[in-house]
Amino acid sequence: MIRFEGVSKTYDGQRRAALSGVDVDIEKGEFVFLVGASGSGKSTFLRLILREQRATKGKVFVAGRELNKLHSWKIPAMRRQIGTVFQDFRLLPNKTVSENVAFALQVIGKPAPVIKKVVPEVLDLVGLDGKGSRMPEELSGGEQQRVAIARAFVNRPMILIADEPTGNLDPATSVGIMKLLDRINRSDTTVLMATHDSTIVDQMRKRVIELDDGEVVRDQSRGVYGYQ
Amino acid sequence: MRFRHIFSETLHGLRRNLTMTLAVIMTMWVSLSLFGAGLLANQQVDLMKGRWYDKIEISVFLCTKDTRGNQCSPGQDVTEAQKQVIHQTLASNPEVAPDGVYFESKAEAFAEFRTAYEGNPIQDSLTVDQMQESFRVKLSNPEQYEGVVSAVAGLPGVQTVQDLRKYLDPFFSWLNLLQWGTIIASALLLFAAALQIGNTIRLAAFARRREIGIMRLVGASNLYITLPFLFEAVISALIGAGLACVTLASGVYFIITKKAEVSIQSLPWIGRNQALLACGGVAVVGLLLAIIPTLITTRKYLRV
Repeated sequence: MIRFEGVSKTYDGQRRAALSGVDVDIEKGEFVFLVGASGSGKSTFLRLILREQRATKGKVFVAGRELNKLHSWKIPAMRRQIGTVFQDFRLLPNKTVSENVAFALQVIGKPAPVIKKVVPEVLDLVGLDGKGSRMPEELSGGEQQRVAIARAFVNRPMILIADEPTGNLDPATSVGIMKLLDRINRSDTTVLMATHDSTIVDQMRKRVIELDDGEVVRDQSRGVYGYQ
Repeated sequence: MRFRHIFSETLHGLRRNLTMTLAVIMTMWVSLSLFGAGLLANQQVDLMKGRWYDKIEISVFLCTKDTRGNQCSPGQDVTEAQKQVIHQTLASNPEVAPDGVYFESKAEAFAEFRTAYEGNPIQDSLTVDQMQESFRVKLSNPEQYEGVVSAVAGLPGVQTVQDLRKYLDPFFSWLNLLQWGTIIASALLLFAAALQIGNTIRLAAFARRREIGIMRLVGASNLYITLPFLFEAVISALIGAGLACVTLASGVYFIITKKAEVSIQSLPWIGRNQALLACGGVAVVGLLLAIIPTLITTRKYLRV
């Protein structure tokens, strides 16, 4: 589903590489934690998958397509197969919960009847049924993150990327979010989650890829956050 | 759904940036009006040139007994041989229109003189013999006359060469200056309008950066993201261009058709066709001014 072949990335005007010589292969339906200190290259890793950045060297494949060779006008279609969740939720404050989720479908041209049907379903899935008409500011942090996950998942993407999704949440709420991501993963969606949260990683016992200074220093199935 | 969304985004954007939109419309209005006025002035000058230059001919007056001039022998009419040479020179000049040389004899000049001053006592003061012979020369291109003038001015038997262009040229150069002044001033204003549109779009893109960020993330196409901005700019530009057209049309109607055409009937005046043409030019320039800066700014700020 996601494959990195000898990928290096050096940002313009910087001498040090953000990623160097990364080889990673993530299968369809896997749940993968991406761990490492700040500045270890996690964000760059995710940006390369979203094609917000291009690899300086090597090849990045997402769903069988090599991103460096992808025409820029094909990028939007590629991104429709990836859902993305961030630490800061990134909801639109002037839209209701339902409208926030529907927005993701509207802007890719889904017909109104489909949107009407799918949005309540996905809100139900993330545990927010009955809260569709609330505004984001009326919700708790955990609920806001659920809205963001609903928005990322409403188009049934093949890949869900979560960048520190529990970074702003307390431990109890985080557990709920992780359960939700696990559930999404079980519907055969590949989940790639960058995190600093060692408790979660240790509890979940999923594959762990650790980055340090732009290099993969550990790739372990059923791993934990740090070395044991 | 798709188009309804784009349309509502456009309206929303126009409302949100109402003051900037108004500023853009007014700048467009004034600058496009000025530009259109330049176009109209251009057409008016062309019309007048066409009318006048068509009638212009060069008159080569020949010596008589009474005339003085460097090429005249005092007390003598021009000789037949001299006339032959002058005629030859004129007829073989490439700038002279084919069959464009006409010889006006003393008798014809006298007849013309009598009709021009009919009933005037001055009629009886001159005799046929006192009239001056002349060659009337039509040019193939009325703009090119110096060559013909200098070719015959120095020939023996030529008293003087008269050319109306000498009197019209300063007039036309003033008109040209006016017309270019208008166009340059409008070009500066139009440039300002283009910058203003670019800035407005940049502000609008900044105001909508959250939405745009999410649109890009969930895979909205570039066109879909850009269209509302493009429509916003095009709508402002079209309103500005429309106002400019109304201004130009009423200017032509009230100043030219109602006033100038009535009081100076001998001149050709621009009318509805020229106003339509200027409106077309204004609309095209207005649209380009909206589309080009928008595409440049959106490329810069909405890159995938």
